[in-house]
Amino acid sequence: MLGRLSWAAIPLDQPLPLYAMGVVVLGILAVLALVTVKGWWPYLWREWITSVDHKRIGVMYVILGLVMLLRGYSDAIMMRTQQAIAVGNAQGYLPPDHYDQIFSAHGSIMIFFVAMPLVIGLMNFAVPLQLGVRDVAFPTLNSVSFWLTATGALLINVSLVIGSFARTGWMGYPPLSELAFSPDEGVDYYLWSLQISGIGTLLTGVNFVTTILKLRAPGMTYMRMPVFCWTALASNLLIVAAFPILTATFVMLLLDRYLGFHFFTNDAGGNQMMYVNLFWAWGHPEVYILILPAFGVFSEVAATFSGKGLFSYRSMVLATLGICILSFMVWLHHFFTMGAGADVNAFFGIMSAIIAVPTGAKVFNWLFTLYRGRIVFKTPVLFLVGFMVTFVIGGLTGVLLAVPPVDFVLHNSAFLVAHFHNVIIGGVVYGALAGYNYWFPKAFGFTLDEWWGKASFWCWLIGFYLAFTPLYVLGLMGMTRRLQHIPDPSWQPLLLVAEAGAIVIFCGILCQIAQLYVSIRTREQRLDLTGDPWNGRTLEWSTSSPPPAYNYAVLPRVETIDAFWHKKRTGRAPVEPAYENIEMPRNSPAGFITAFFAVVMGFALIWHIWWMAIVGLLAAAVTVLVAGWSDEREHEISATEIAQMERARLGA
Amino acid sequence: MTIATIDTLPTTVATELARGRGGGGPAPKRIVVAYGFWIFILSDIVMFSGLFAAYAVLSGNTAGGPTGSELFNLRNVFIETMCLLFSSYTCGLGALSAERRQAGRFLIFAALTFVLGAAFLFIEASEFAGMVEKRAGPSRSGFLSGFFTLVGTHGVHVTSGLIWLIYLVAQVVVKGLRAAVLRRLLCWSLFWHALDIVWVGVFTLVYLMGDFR
Repeated sequence: MLGRLSWAAIPLDQPLPLYAMGVVVLGILAVLALVTVKGWWPYLWREWITSVDHKRIGVMYVILGLVMLLRGYSDAIMMRTQQAIAVGNAQGYLPPDHYDQIFSAHGSIMIFFVAMPLVIGLMNFAVPLQLGVRDVAFPTLNSVSFWLTATGALLINVSLVIGSFARTGWMGYPPLSELAFSPDEGVDYYLWSLQISGIGTLLTGVNFVTTILKLRAPGMTYMRMPVFCWTALASNLLIVAAFPILTATFVMLLLDRYLGFHFFTNDAGGNQMMYVNLFWAWGHPEVYILILPAFGVFSEVAATFSGKGLFSYRSMVLATLGICILSFMVWLHHFFTMGAGADVNAFFGIMSAIIAVPTGAKVFNWLFTLYRGRIVFKTPVLFLVGFMVTFVIGGLTGVLLAVPPVDFVLHNSAFLVAHFHNVIIGGVVYGALAGYNYWFPKAFGFTLDEWWGKASFWCWLIGFYLAFTPLYVLGLMGMTRRLQHIPDPSWQPLLLVAEAGAIVIFCGILCQIAQLYVSIRTREQRLDLTGDPWNGRTLEWSTSSPPPAYNYAVLPRVETIDAFWHKKRTGRAPVEPAYENIEMPRNSPAGFITAFFAVVMGFALIWHIWWMAIVGLLAAAVTVLVAGWSDEREHEISATEIAQMERARLGA
Repeated sequence: MTIATIDTLPTTVATELARGRGGGGPAPKRIVVAYGFWIFILSDIVMFSGLFAAYAVLSGNTAGGPTGSELFNLRNVFIETMCLLFSSYTCGLGALSAERRQAGRFLIFAALTFVLGAAFLFIEASEFAGMVEKRAGPSRSGFLSGFFTLVGTHGVHVTSGLIWLIYLVAQVVVKGLRAAVLRRLLCWSLFWHALDIVWVGVFTLVYLMGDFR
């Protein structure tokens, strides 16, 4: 009846997971109780859960990413603490089995449920506004994408309470992840949560490629698109081209585990290196899926806050698309040690060095944009400067690792761990936080507090260097990654420094929470009434903050790059335009309901509850069919209503 | 400078010039839907390419079990292939009838397409059943895992294409050939033709080359 599920799945005998679980469950119950007592459910259902508005969906993605950041960070501080104290004779407080689950969950959550939602959330919020249109190409599908991502996040967190998570690292390499060596539900939690959220991500990619290529304001030629839209295009092209590879790879591993196939097994003709190849054929483009939109945010920030157009827009676009293509030609550098031979390794080593060239060109573009600009040092600019320094260091250690002989020495060492945290924190996280500070007033109509924002920046910057510079050194000293116990006491001082760095990063996260709290409390004094708090250049700053549901009462006409800036320079006195009726997509519960049944199906498959899996799958399919039947997906706002709303807005 | 200004400036965009560079404004819905579905099909083909790659790597790993040439019956596969290719032809005729709003003709061609697709699936299912009976199921060897997954995934696509066809025929019957239904039919026919393209790859790489090996 319940497959493998029994009371033994709840870790009543292990105090540490039990406490963690208790805190999380109590927290969720408290939030649900608060929402119920305050009677917020109808509002949440109407305005958020069933909303297909790209701005709302974007905000929900960012909230998901920030909440999951707390989970991913808890894993990080637990690992850092274990490594700082489990030295020599001391065994620390985390047994190996638990420690392995923590580093696996940390990686999976940080990549799939922190970095991806933050980046996709910013794209959702900003891209249609920047393109001067009213929504994405497929608004209901967008809601489905979000809720499937949330499904994955939920399933991966259920493993905290019921059963255990994978102990195979975030890549889930076979043969360790095969049934023979990982017989319990851990790897299944990993596979199903990433598989379901991966489908959501793929649909996002389809949606945004179509939006950017087919829906732009009149006059917005390709070379007039804001750079963030170009980077979003490149990122979503990569999603469309790379995520299906991950889907196919996970299907194969699932078939191995559930039906006894032999794709990656040791016996009967399986080939585990094929998994590693396929995984990184997705995994390396994934790196650029994350970093390219961050580059886009920094390009907008650099141009806006220095009051100058972006230096060499064309080369920025070329570099973005060059990276987009090259990112598919470097995957083997993740496993030079596989033994593919000197020629193959040399090819991928050279390609990996080449891909650093367009990235380097971008750094010069940002520098020359800032050069002689009238820079306004708001929080996003601090993140930009911190990023340029930090990311260049991370890039250079990456070029170092791209040299095969060096990689043979440093493979799987703490040096590697330091390198990819260097580019992901210094690139993606700083970029997401810059974007969050930059677009927050557009989303909510008031700016974020600068003092707390800057405090969080300094903590993130100092914390990063304290936490990861020691790991570079430790890697050179021979320390490998994922150690539950430190054999060499001479490593301990540096590990203690890294621990201190992790605590400083935590201060950064606390500052961000304080920033949000203080900003909401003092929002009356920080209202953005013009819609253009930063003297912006692109179209999103031309509408009010927050924008009306339809974004633009009349679609803007675009005549140049930096369209809004140009209009501000050459503008005349406002004349009320002739409003026309606007067709807007209706709210739809399809995304939420599909995702609900996806949770049922995923959970059932993880625990081998076959009847429930079939029910979940069929119910999700029926939901899609029912939603697909309707032709009434739009409602019209009449010109008179628009005129009233616009007059009220402009009068205010 | 206020926020209303931007919307009110007289346009100086030479739309004809701008269109070639993508400045013609938002595309009509039919274009957007079909384009989006094309992108989805591309992603689906990337997924198949992963399965093709896995099959290519594992095709020699028979682990002492049967090889392709011992298992494949090229005559049946040829009939199977003809069913699918011919179903694309009837699918195309159905799409043309739908464009001309000839609902009756559309329904006939949809029925033919369904029968041919179902025949394809029947031949595939009996091939699979015969192989499992000969103890050549997917868990026998890496080669057979790759074979069943690649060909089976295509079969799952054909099955969902048939279910989708029934669903769309129901829409045509209930609502008639209105714009929204026509857009969905366009997506469906793109999907059906794409399955043909994948099958051409399967037929060549799996069956012809497997028999040759």
